[in-house]
Amino acid sequence: MPGCYLRPVSERLEELLRAAFPEARELAVLDRTGGGDHFHVTVVDPRFGGLTLVDQHRLVYAALDEPMRDGTIHELRITTRSET
Amino acid sequence: MSELREKIQETIENEPVVAFIKGTHEQAYCGNSARALDALRALGASFTAVDVLPDPQIRQELSALSSWPTIPQVFVGGELVGGADVVQELAATGELEAKLNEKLGETWRRPGEERTVAVSEGSGFRLLPGSPG
Repeated sequence: MPGCYLRPVSERLEELLRAAFPEARELAVLDRTGGGDHFHVTVVDPRFGGLTLVDQHRLVYAALDEPMRDGTIHELRITTRSET
Repeated sequence: MSELREKIQETIENEPVVAFIKGTHEQAYCGNSARALDALRALGASFTAVDVLPDPQIRQELSALSSWPTIPQVFVGGELVGGADVVQELAATGELEAKLNEKLGETWRRPGEERTVAVSEGSGFRLLPGSPG
């Protein structure tokens, strides 16, 4: 049962990312400190192909705009790739 | 365009390498700002830092200009090359060095040449390490 031991905030972030990257081949949300506000997200999606890393990360920031703005996410690390 | 936004734009355009960080080149107050500066230092790049902490408006105006929501932000030759994660990744693959060469020629490699400048009137009150008093 994937996700059943994730914290609620991680689940929310994962839902937002799944909605924004429906074709993602890999998608992971890591709560870095266990505190529910420092995260490392990884997104592997073919649509990143041809985009600079800056633009790839911009798409991830856009997907997580709400939790970034409302202070849910205090710190975000991002890893993106177009292929696994 | 606000006066502050103009000043930020000018700084981005005029400084060969500029890093908007939390803190100063001598003391970064955030691990991510430190990671970005360390990536530049590892290449021996000269850079200018801008502390965003003295005035919350700096961050807002900067993000409006750059379409990048977080701090740090590193610019080379007027172009956003990334935040801490991207800069670190580009440094590891050699692309950061390539970008510095492409944008600045050979002029950027001056190890230890670092400074912090203010873009806001409100930024004159931080006591820098080593300041008298």
